[in-house]
Amino acid sequence: MMTKHVRNLLSLLQENRGLGSKMTDSKYFTTTKKGEIFELKAELNSDKKEKKKEAVKKVIASMTVGKDVSALFPDVVNCMQTDNLELKKLVYLYLMNYAKSQPDMAIMAVNTFVKDCEDPNPLIRALAVRTMGCIRVDKITEYLCEPLRKCLKDEDPYVRKTAAVCVAKLHDINAQLVEDQGFLDTLKDLISDSNPMVVANAVAALSEIAESHPNSNLLDLNPQTINKLLTALNECTEWGQIFILDCLANYTPRDDRESQSICERVTPRLSHANSAVVLSAVKVLMKFMEMLPKDLDYYGTLLKKLAPPLVTLLSAEPELQYVALRNINLIVQKRPEILKHEMKVFFVKYNDPIYVKLEKLDIMIRLASQANIAQVLAELKEYATEVDVDFVRKAVRAIGRCAIKVEQSAERCVSTLLDLIQTKVNYVVQEAIVVIKDIFRKYPNKYESVIATLCENLDSLDEPEARAAMIWIVGEYAERIDNADELLESFLEGFHDESTQVQLQLLTAIVKLFLKKPTETQELVQQVLSLATQDSDNPDLRDRGYIYWRLLSTDPVAAKEVVLAEKPLISEETDLIEPTLLEELICHIGTLASVYHKPPSAFVEGSRGVQHKRLPARAGSGESAESPDVGQSGPAEAPPAVIPSQGDLLGDLLNLDLAPPTATIPSVQPSMQMGAMDLLGGGLDSLLGGDIGGSPSMGAGLGAAPAAMPAALGSAPAVGGGLGDLFDLGGGVGMPTGAYVAPKTVWLPAMKAKGLEISGTFARRGGIIQMDLSLTNKAMSVMTDFAIQFNRNSFGLAPAGPLQVLTPLSPNQTIDVSLPLSTSGPVMKMEPLNNLQVAVKNNIDVFYFSCQYPLSLLFVEDGKMERQVFLATWKDIPNDNEAQFQIKDIHLNSDAASNKLQGSNIFTIAKRTVEGQDMLYQSVKLTNAIWVLAEMRIQTGNPNYTLSIKCRAPEVSQFVYQCYELVLKN
Amino acid sequence: MTSVVATTNKNSNASLVYAFLYKLVEVFTEYFKELEEESIQDNFVVVYELLDELMDFGFPQTTDSKILQEYITQQGNKLEVAKTKVPTTVTNAVSWRSEGIKYKKNEVFIDVIESINVLVNANGSVMSSDIVGCIKLKTMLSGMPELRLGLNDRDKGKTVAMEDVKFHQCVRLSRFESDRTISFIPPDGESELMSYRINTHVKPLIWIESVIEKFSHSRVEIMVKAKGQFKKQSVANNVEIRVPVPSDADSPKFKTSTGHAKYVPEKNLVVWSIKSFPGGKEFLMRAHFGLPSVETDEMEGKPPITVKFEIPYFTVSGIQVRYMKIIEKSGYQALPWVRYITQSGDYQLRTNS
Repeated sequence: MMTKHVRNLLSLLQENRGLGSKMTDSKYFTTTKKGEIFELKAELNSDKKEKKKEAVKKVIASMTVGKDVSALFPDVVNCMQTDNLELKKLVYLYLMNYAKSQPDMAIMAVNTFVKDCEDPNPLIRALAVRTMGCIRVDKITEYLCEPLRKCLKDEDPYVRKTAAVCVAKLHDINAQLVEDQGFLDTLKDLISDSNPMVVANAVAALSEIAESHPNSNLLDLNPQTINKLLTALNECTEWGQIFILDCLANYTPRDDRESQSICERVTPRLSHANSAVVLSAVKVLMKFMEMLPKDLDYYGTLLKKLAPPLVTLLSAEPELQYVALRNINLIVQKRPEILKHEMKVFFVKYNDPIYVKLEKLDIMIRLASQANIAQVLAELKEYATEVDVDFVRKAVRAIGRCAIKVEQSAERCVSTLLDLIQTKVNYVVQEAIVVIKDIFRKYPNKYESVIATLCENLDSLDEPEARAAMIWIVGEYAERIDNADELLESFLEGFHDESTQVQLQLLTAIVKLFLKKPTETQELVQQVLSLATQDSDNPDLRDRGYIYWRLLSTDPVAAKEVVLAEKPLISEETDLIEPTLLEELICHIGTLASVYHKPPSAFVEGSRGVQHKRLPARAGSGESAESPDVGQSGPAEAPPAVIPSQGDLLGDLLNLDLAPPTATIPSVQPSMQMGAMDLLGGGLDSLLGGDIGGSPSMGAGLGAAPAAMPAALGSAPAVGGGLGDLFDLGGGVGMPTGAYVAPKTVWLPAMKAKGLEISGTFARRGGIIQMDLSLTNKAMSVMTDFAIQFNRNSFGLAPAGPLQVLTPLSPNQTIDVSLPLSTSGPVMKMEPLNNLQVAVKNNIDVFYFSCQYPLSLLFVEDGKMERQVFLATWKDIPNDNEAQFQIKDIHLNSDAASNKLQGSNIFTIAKRTVEGQDMLYQSVKLTNAIWVLAEMRIQTGNPNYTLSIKCRAPEVSQFVYQCYELVLKN
Repeated sequence: MTSVVATTNKNSNASLVYAFLYKLVEVFTEYFKELEEESIQDNFVVVYELLDELMDFGFPQTTDSKILQEYITQQGNKLEVAKTKVPTTVTNAVSWRSEGIKYKKNEVFIDVIESINVLVNANGSVMSSDIVGCIKLKTMLSGMPELRLGLNDRDKGKTVAMEDVKFHQCVRLSRFESDRTISFIPPDGESELMSYRINTHVKPLIWIESVIEKFSHSRVEIMVKAKGQFKKQSVANNVEIRVPVPSDADSPKFKTSTGHAKYVPEKNLVVWSIKSFPGGKEFLMRAHFGLPSVETDEMEGKPPITVKFEIPYFTVSGIQVRYMKIIEKSGYQALPWVRYITQSGDYQLRTNS
């Protein structure tokens, strides 16, 4: 395939250079005038051998430069019968090129092929079989089967290795034919050939064919064939070694012992001079070491062996360096321990090509740690003064990322950034401001002293991202910036020319400012609200404007709580690859997928990319599920499991947003404005407090804008309803099916309680936890004076009121009571965690029993985490805390499952579909503010779900899992 | 400039593709000396023939130009005599050496070449340094000799820790992995047997201190001090110290305590050449340039000072060849000759101008 394209190179050549001396082939490129074809025809039919050959060369030269010489087909094919090898090669070349356009005449060539395949000269036999496969004419292919069959069994390995490739070619033309003729079996037999080059080509051909038959099990890798391949690996050429290694990488060893023994036989390849051999060996090792137990000595040995060859790849040619770097980027994310001490080899050299520089920078940030941060920062500062704009920008950004990643370095990073701002190089300043915003987010109230310096550069900012960042800073720290209102006002002038990003930021910043300094900034907030709601046709901006407006006017305290809320943490690394994708890419080390950081299905057409590769499971992988209470201590050895960055994953998920259908908006809009108008009256008083309490100017000021709205407003009768609709939409769409409540079970049998039987269950209704009890009197006398008490328990459950049994309980009577529970009782960790010990008293005695509540009881309604926070939190929770579970036999699609779970306050934050597999990212918040994060994988047609749960308190995972099962199965 | 392009329609092995393209260029260059448009036109028949042998259906095949030259000969007319045999080497396990090679005098020349890569920061601290070594062979041996190379890397008390070793495909990798023996059947003629990397803090052999003062609109003054930080007995040859100057500099003036300085305006460099630079010595160069009163606004990068040199009879890592055993079934005696040389690799010192 590649040859064909390399050949195209030739056609790029200009025709008439007229430079060639008479002694070289270049003379064939000089065109003769009009009667060229005619002349050539005559020459081709000449009796003189030499003349004939010259003519064929001219024909090929013309063909090479793209001229149509197909008219000469019969004349050229006539020259085929020759014992001159060079001439024969040229004629074959011509055939490959024109057979397709002249299928009928191409049949004339068949006989010669058949004959040539039996030629005593192996070079000719191989030439014939090599060419045959390139003639893509259906009528001809079947004639070629017999010669091919012979060549596959040829005595000369040169012919056999060529025939092996021919099977792949033929398969590409007519797969059915190849299967019917049994060529696949012959090809498989060649894996046992005595000649290593034949083995290598057979492996290459089979792998190629297998790619178009993902499930054919064509390669049929088993310990015996693997052994053959490993033997051939030591003997074949560098390219053959690559074919074999790439093929080995598709094998999944049976156990860790087999895995180790293969690794042992593959590691010597790390010393090969050819970078591609090294990288393919790295792929096999990275994949198979996944199966090795981490406490195995060999595992550590292997880790140590991987670093030096990876570092050496950086001395290869630049393109190969780039491929290596892109792969190292993956390896560093998967197993950071391998290269953690190798920071300095990624330092950028002045003469590195830019693509190498950018990639090195990326890896430097990934490897940055407290141990090496000083060196890294010194380097980054150096880079930030280079001339290449992309590189400089990335370097500045990298400084910010270091600050966020390595807390100890934050101060130094900030001062470095300030130094850079002093350079006044426009794009440097802008990048610096963008990253300083993130630093403020990560370390609030720490570096605000630099704000003054930032404000000095306000005028030079012309990029939206930098403007938005600066505006955010001004709004966030409005109380410390004396002229914050002036600064923001200056942006307001050109509001409509700003990008949405800046507009949104400006709106929020001014609202923040208003909430912080209400007296001086009413006019400003008024202005921006009206700009956003009336003069803008951007729905995001308008909606945000309305929400602020309504908030400000109905409940300014709430507005404060919302707008000035504490910000969720930001994630350390923003562009990590999502774990499932990372695993897949690790299986593709060395290939284009590893360079693009995209799965093959994203860029390969047809069936070839569809096969998804996954890393094999580690031996004894149940460990995390079995020991949920492994301590949080000790750094996670495992690679950081990571949630996709917004760029990758969230892009896909956006459509999950339960956004209200746009169609409803126009009808709702007037009511919004009405609402806004309503609240102007007194709403703000509480915010303004005593200062201007009831000052008429305030109300009037704010009221001005809405007053300009349609006058018909007042007559809209359904105003209230419209509003309600709008604000209910969020919950209304995708309304869940309601929480599952288990049927009551007997907790206290009558035998044990002097005739009192208690059965019960737990439920969560509208945010209230209830214990539903049925009390049955099985004794002979009336029962009265009921009371209930709980022992201390894991989540502080306690009765929120007395047990309401108002009437005495007669014999044989049953009464149902619902006891509301609070979670503010005393806490003590129970075994099991969800155990609840209860004491019930009546006029007869005190009885004790214990019951277990589903943890879903404690799942609160506001347990839907922000995506960003989810990403960051997932990453932040150590990997040891991750537990994996199987939920079997569920016949729901992911939406139904998601709906069902939401009924129990298990919220789906994001959904992503990868080749028939749905991944749901979910969050749950417990009453004691513990967050539980989950990833649920659902494969179409597979009733078994895989659930991964991460939580800082890993002991709850198992119980959360039980809730999942309970909810999904009922 | 010639570009070589490959295309693919599947998730190909990208490193294989690049490695192959480099090999392709290497083979073409060995055949045609220069790879350019003209040489391809002049040899298009051979190019076709080579492509057929180099790659089949996208699978690289035989890419060893010595072996290719056995059956794809450059002179068209030689092909008149139809070849009736595929060189067995093509498909042999020993695919890099032909049978039946004969020399009157059997000799092997071994070159141990070490390149020093150094990156020094503007404040004079060494950011990174390593040694990339290679052992090159020129083999003039008859038949199919078995060679074993012994280095001093395993000597007791001596620690030359090679960080990573890469071998020519002739070396039995599994043998090296198990007992560190370098055993092989060598390719005929010149070849690179192995390369290695040593990650050690070596003192930069030639130390440079520089002061580059730029007086805007008027002049640039450059002072460079070079010091040989190696043994007094050794001598660095062909030393070249390349100092960057602004692109709009003019009217150069130089003063050197040894060697001579030259302005290379097309590269914006002053090149200070010293034929012979003994260890322990220190030399000085001063340069003065004028700057135009109107300067370009264009930002200029900060290229580093680079240094080139060679120090013969010396390896900076201390690596030595202990023995080279040559065994051939005909039992001839062969002599190994060893040379050592240390040279500059990527040798960069950043400046603060």
